[in-house]
Amino acid sequence: MITPAHPDRRPGQNPEAPCPLGSLHRGYSGHVHHISASHDTGALPPEELERRLIELGFVEGARVRILHEGLFGRDPIAVQVNGATVALRRREAMAILVS
Amino acid sequence: MNLPAIRPRFAIAGPPNCGKTALFNALTGSRQKVANYSGVTVERKTGVARLATGTEIDLVDLPGTHSLRARSPDEEVTRDVILGRRPGEPVPDLLIAVVDASSPKTGLRLAMELVTVGLPMIVVFNMIDIARHRGIEIDTAAMQDKLGVPVVTANSVRKGGLDALLAQLQATLDEGVPPAGENLWNPPSASDLRQSHREADRLIASAITLPPEPDTLTHKIDKVLLHPVLGLVCLLVILFLMFQAVFSWAQPAMDVIDAAFTALGQAISTHLPDGILRSFLLDAVIAGVGGVIVFLPQILVLFLFILLLEDLGYMARAAFLMDKIMGGAGLHGRAFIPLLSSFACAVPGIMSARVIENRRDRLTTILVAPLMTCSARIPVYTLIIAAFIPARPVLGVLNLQGLVMFVLYVAGIASALAVSFAAKMLVWRHTPSPPFMLDLPDYKMPRLKSVAIGLWQRARAFLRRAGTTIFTMTVLIWVLATLPGAPPGATQPAIYYSFAAWLGHLLEPILAPIGFNWQISVALIPGMAAREIAVSGLATVYAVGGDGANLGSVLAHNWSLATALSLLVWYIFAPQCISTLAVIRRETGGQRWMWATFAYMFALAWIGSFLIYNGAVAMGWG
Repeated sequence: MITPAHPDRRPGQNPEAPCPLGSLHRGYSGHVHHISASHDTGALPPEELERRLIELGFVEGARVRILHEGLFGRDPIAVQVNGATVALRRREAMAILVS
Repeated sequence: MNLPAIRPRFAIAGPPNCGKTALFNALTGSRQKVANYSGVTVERKTGVARLATGTEIDLVDLPGTHSLRARSPDEEVTRDVILGRRPGEPVPDLLIAVVDASSPKTGLRLAMELVTVGLPMIVVFNMIDIARHRGIEIDTAAMQDKLGVPVVTANSVRKGGLDALLAQLQATLDEGVPPAGENLWNPPSASDLRQSHREADRLIASAITLPPEPDTLTHKIDKVLLHPVLGLVCLLVILFLMFQAVFSWAQPAMDVIDAAFTALGQAISTHLPDGILRSFLLDAVIAGVGGVIVFLPQILVLFLFILLLEDLGYMARAAFLMDKIMGGAGLHGRAFIPLLSSFACAVPGIMSARVIENRRDRLTTILVAPLMTCSARIPVYTLIIAAFIPARPVLGVLNLQGLVMFVLYVAGIASALAVSFAAKMLVWRHTPSPPFMLDLPDYKMPRLKSVAIGLWQRARAFLRRAGTTIFTMTVLIWVLATLPGAPPGATQPAIYYSFAAWLGHLLEPILAPIGFNWQISVALIPGMAAREIAVSGLATVYAVGGDGANLGSVLAHNWSLATALSLLVWYIFAPQCISTLAVIRRETGGQRWMWATFAYMFALAWIGSFLIYNGAVAMGWG
């Protein structure tokens, strides 16, 4: 389901502290707060990881829900972002901060 | 550009899974050509579309891509063709941007990006039937207004589903295709991408009516198929069914082909006098080529499963389920698809490794893909198992022959995992493992026509190979095994004095320690071209040698069990396929990885066979 970005969910206005998506479990539902890629979040250079995550639909304000987890180490995860479902590993999902 | 004598050249672009190829097939029908772009093995599909007025258009089906910010070799091809950076490949006169109407965002973002390139363009909302069924409505007039290019809807299955597109193409041609505008495309930055997302969302909000609830069927199916435990069980069941089908469904068709070749052989032996022509037809053509064509049904059943799973949208799920398991061995989840295809044939398997973005992951996948038990090994395994392994029940339910076949498949998979683990430890120790990110598309019913076209292309490729490479090699073996003929006063059959025997004896010092006789050595030489040729090679060598008609019983009579087991192990590993080595060379862009693959596989084959042969001899099976 594609919904327009939420204008009322801008960084700084949300009372809840942002938390990395990679540390959350199945059933979690929230919005993307911001992307914070660093050298610890994978083999890609941080700005390339940021672009890839945006291309997958992880833009600020997008609704995300963790639908599925893998068997071993609950990794990778399948995340619903707006309308689409994408699979990614927890390590890269650490760069997605949600609230 | 659009001179009257030259057909206009339009290119179809779109993200993967948007029904682009189905649209291309519907527009061109059988008037299409599949080749490769020069220097890479990316498929170059071209065809001719004929409009109602008789006007013809050259169509190019570009590889699927998410954006012009290409990340894998086939996305690079699409980018370079569209931007006119590919030498020898003219810039298309017009782009047909395909958007999956049932989930429009990805395709729409690509279409918006393509608009900036400045080429004339038509946007097609494809699979409109599925979208309408889900309650999605597209206001083409509003969309056209916002995008500034013609927008039509289409579906490639129903009759009349392409009318709007065909009418638009005709109208564009009647007006004359406008010249290309200025190219304003630049690699987007993160903030450009955020901007494009917002624009796409705005466009969708203004011109597309979405249902209140998204497609829940996919979610319901995924509850089972992506369940941590049930999902893996389902994957195993699907794989089990696939291999079961390969061996049981294909049998009737194989029996028919076998009977046809046997009848043909009998007709030849009754009508032709004994001599060199009869020997050629029987020993080279029938025994050789016929012995390979018999396996066409098995190969088609395997490809049928792979094509169906791909079209259904299951392959991405399989990659998700397998990512962690394969990651432990240093493989990427996406490697599952190339490796599964390699069970049919390593060549398309290695080619499909192109979807893996990262070079390290792609190389590891390519390196181990030839270890998966490809269909060309099936003839060899079937022959030897039938001849040497008794059809004895094991534990009441299993059959010993089936069990040995299963062990051979498992050995292939296990060795692939072991080799990629070794590569991870030795070669890639210092490179961190690249990310795994992919779309899980909604499930779709496979379009039968697309599957049928896919199967037909595979069948044609296989038959062409049987008619050319395999035929040539079989003739070569026959010549080697027949000439120069026995000297006067010879005491042994003529084959003992042939070139083949001489070559076989030459190789004996290398192959004797692993239990191979000179007949096997002879069959292995042309077997370099393709594994299954070894079967026809053995058939020809023993047929020319005057042994009985049934190759299986001839082998059982001539070989020890240790030799048979050794040959089975040899075939798990041996790099016996010129096509595979050639495709590795092309895909990796040099000889280095080709020779690396050849060397490690040869070493594993020899060592494995040496151990099993000597072990078997020690057990008293020599």
